[in-house]
Amino acid sequence: MTVPLSWYLIFATALFSIGFFGVLARRNAIAVLMGVELMLNAVNVNLVAFWRYLTPTDLSGQIFVVFVFAVAAAEAAVGLALMISIYRTRKSINVDELNELKL
Amino acid sequence: MHDYPFVFNLTWLIPLPTALAFFAIIFFTNPKKRLSSNVAIGAVIIAWILSWAVAFAFFLKPELTEHPFDLHVPWLPMGEIAFHMGVAVDAVTAGMLFMVGFVLTMIFIYSSGYMTFPGHLDPKQYPEAAKEGLDPRYSRFFAYISLFATGMLGLVVADNLLMLFIFWEIMGLCSYLLIGFWFDKSYPDPNQITPKQAGLKAFLTTRVGDVLFMMGLIFLFIHAGTLNFQAIFANVEFMEELAAATVTLPVFGAVSWAVLISILIFWGAIGKSAQFPLHVWLPDAMEGPTPVSALIHAATMVSAGVYLIVRMAPLFAASSHGVNGAMTFVAFIGAFTALFAATIGVAQKDIKKVLAYSTISQLGYMFAALGIGAWVAAIIHLLVHAFFKALLFLGSGSVIHGVEHGHHHVHEHGHGHDDEHGHEEYFDPQDMFNMGGLLKRMPITGWTFIAGALSLSAFPFITAGFWSKDEILAHAWDGGHMAVYWTLAIGAFLTAFYTFRQVFLTFFGKPRTEAAEHAPESVRAMTWPLIGLAFFAIFGGFVAVPKSFPVFGKIFSDFMIKLMEMQGEFYPFLHVAPAEFHWTPAIISMTLALSGIVVAWLVYGWKPLEAGQPDPLKRWLGPVYTVLEKKYYFDEFYHLIAVRPTLWLASFFARFDRGVIDRIVNWVGAFGRWLAATLRKWFDEYVIDGAVNGVGLVTTWTGAVVRLIQTGQAQTYLLILLLSVAVLLLLIPLR
Amino acid sequence: MVGQALFILTAGITLLMALGVVLARNLFHAALFLVGAFFGIAVLFILLEAEFLGAAQIIIYIGAIATLIVFAIMLSRHVMGKEAGAYNRNWYFALAGVVFFFLLLGWLLIKMPFNLVTAEVPADAIAQIGQGFVGHYVVPFEVASVLLLVALIGAIMLARER
Repeated sequence: MTVPLSWYLIFATALFSIGFFGVLARRNAIAVLMGVELMLNAVNVNLVAFWRYLTPTDLSGQIFVVFVFAVAAAEAAVGLALMISIYRTRKSINVDELNELKL
Repeated sequence: MHDYPFVFNLTWLIPLPTALAFFAIIFFTNPKKRLSSNVAIGAVIIAWILSWAVAFAFFLKPELTEHPFDLHVPWLPMGEIAFHMGVAVDAVTAGMLFMVGFVLTMIFIYSSGYMTFPGHLDPKQYPEAAKEGLDPRYSRFFAYISLFATGMLGLVVADNLLMLFIFWEIMGLCSYLLIGFWFDKSYPDPNQITPKQAGLKAFLTTRVGDVLFMMGLIFLFIHAGTLNFQAIFANVEFMEELAAATVTLPVFGAVSWAVLISILIFWGAIGKSAQFPLHVWLPDAMEGPTPVSALIHAATMVSAGVYLIVRMAPLFAASSHGVNGAMTFVAFIGAFTALFAATIGVAQKDIKKVLAYSTISQLGYMFAALGIGAWVAAIIHLLVHAFFKALLFLGSGSVIHGVEHGHHHVHEHGHGHDDEHGHEEYFDPQDMFNMGGLLKRMPITGWTFIAGALSLSAFPFITAGFWSKDEILAHAWDGGHMAVYWTLAIGAFLTAFYTFRQVFLTFFGKPRTEAAEHAPESVRAMTWPLIGLAFFAIFGGFVAVPKSFPVFGKIFSDFMIKLMEMQGEFYPFLHVAPAEFHWTPAIISMTLALSGIVVAWLVYGWKPLEAGQPDPLKRWLGPVYTVLEKKYYFDEFYHLIAVRPTLWLASFFARFDRGVIDRIVNWVGAFGRWLAATLRKWFDEYVIDGAVNGVGLVTTWTGAVVRLIQTGQAQTYLLILLLSVAVLLLLIPLR
Repeated sequence: MVGQALFILTAGITLLMALGVVLARNLFHAALFLVGAFFGIAVLFILLEAEFLGAAQIIIYIGAIATLIVFAIMLSRHVMGKEAGAYNRNWYFALAGVVFFFLLLGWLLIKMPFNLVTAEVPADAIAQIGQGFVGHYVVPFEVASVLLLVALIGAIMLARER
């Protein structure tokens, strides 16, 4: 247990921020999705680190990580299917050309 | 833990079917009239079966009187203790369930035949309902009576006073809604009370009693810490303490807490059971449809007041160790009301009003019985009375219905005199002087009505009413309560008289109007319940014949009396020894009842009245008749002391409003107008126009700026979200 | 000391890989960096004595999700517009916001006190996880499986030729 908890937290924060930058700045929808995956992984690292340092005997933390896996897998599958669908109608998967939210 | 029949565990289900029917009708089946009534009848039949299952399970194991069943769940936790809600079954509950389940079912079935298109409505206004021949608010009626049934069944099975009070108030609400059911009905005579006003009157009058009742509950809860019946009555020491502890009241001086609480609770019963002086609402409540009169104002709701006192009898008995116990008050009110209402009943013309006053009078008998300690007799009279009074009311409804149909028949095939006059002369189908000779036209209604009337008049030996009423009189004589005995005995004479006055006026002689001449017998949905109720009105008493009665005591059973006596012995402070049999009071009461019938025959039956002939009593009694007809001017009196001052106060405030407040307001307004006229010019041009233009400019400018971030792109919004979260995070270290 | 060195090495490589994911212009390269980052995180899980999760990470993320992403890139490669850059107009705002967020959150996390517990990981941790899924967490587990099913059907519906 030589590594302090805060190192893990800082690492996770950094990973999260990098992923978030990808989500905010990339134009390609697939790249955005990859950013999201990085963010989810950062959360997983946090969950495991907190489990290991705060409640090592109760395995709920690990179990939650598995649920995040499931959600990430679902999100990737639906997200990529959406992109194919959007590509069919718009002939583009650049997110800055998608402004359907504006009337 | 005692071994109870399994069916007791289902007691809490009894009020449920009708409650579900209420919601089902309100939410789903409302547009379909026949479906609604079938839902309601189905629900009440389920409730009836459950009620009888519980009641007979109890009757089969009379030893359960020693172990009343109580099933409850914590409902409202309050600190250390929790308020429990639940159901209880003892002999009284079983008896009530037996009566209520059956009577409710009969009345529901009857209603499905009775609620045809009412005469006071214009068929052109409700073409669909008129084509179906049903009341436009037919479904609503069944929703209301379903809710009412829930209230009554819940009240009977409740194991604590708060729950009882809740169901009590549900019934109060239904009573208001049902009395005012034909709220759009009005009469040519402006002094005649309309259903709308009658509903209001009933609601407000019972409110007086209910507020006092609630005060009693609060006091009892403060002292006992519980409102569960069994818990209170099991604690004999507590009740003795309550009877010993005194409280000093203004005017009345020192009274014991037990007396105060008992009398406050009794006021609830006075209001609900229409006892003097809160009796005024019940006769006017006859404005409601007749099944309602039977349901609420004869068989079930008004007897809830008696049931309450029966339930709380140990407390009343405990309070009466001193001289001025609550029991004396109960006995006085009961006996006085019994005679007082009977005298009014003698001079009424409306077929239902007679029954209304007889109800008040009979409830008075029950309270008098409770007041003199004849607990068992009161319960039995309560049960028996419900059967024959429901029968009489439903019979009168059938009569009214028939006469109204006859009237329409004459009207439709008539001689066209209405067209000449342009408008129809008002015809009162409830006036007994418009009837006569109906026994030939409506034989089932007639004979069942006569059965009920015999029971009400306590015709000796064969009717249920005789056995239950005789029991009360025997107790009064045996206990040495001579004043009560003679009051009730005279009341019995009057009861027999007005009941048979009604029978002779309605069913015998020659028809006095064309309407009565053409009145048809009612449909089967109405006559069958009459037959069912008539059965119990006659034979119901044969399980309550005292053993000590000569000859008949050997033939018939005293099952009910024994059962209730055992139950009464279980509760503290009640003395339920059976009354000794004395020849004198028995012969006196029999003679009085029979002579009442004979006198009625002499006056109304021997020489039947001709059409248009006034009541012969009017000639003989003179001004007394008028006083009776006007019900001792109680309505006028209350109008004078309660309604008028309220209205006067209201009009005073209205004048104050117009004279003072309005003047101030007008002056302020005038000042404002002057100020406005002066300032308008420059203020308008610079301030108002400037502000308006300014608002426009600011909006345009803000829009131009804000539009920049409204890109429609998820990424932009996420960026804003990130910045917002960051700003919020900043607040954590700043705190 | 060895543990710290190992952590710094793994974490540094993982962060570099992650930066590669968001910075690489070529999407295919980005996907490869993503695989590297996932692998680094799996190593971190093992360093945290969560061996089961490390294995699951490799199987699910690298074996399934990354592969899926690579497929999507290959399917849409010919539509990659080279004319506009990899980033949108607001990227410098995004960068500033993210850096600010990172500094603020990192500072808060360093300052925050935690009740650290030093205990050994139970020897039967994996068995306990398995029992957790079919015991205490059985409802979320079932919901997650329904979610996956819905995602499967939804993906087919969305991507289907109409």
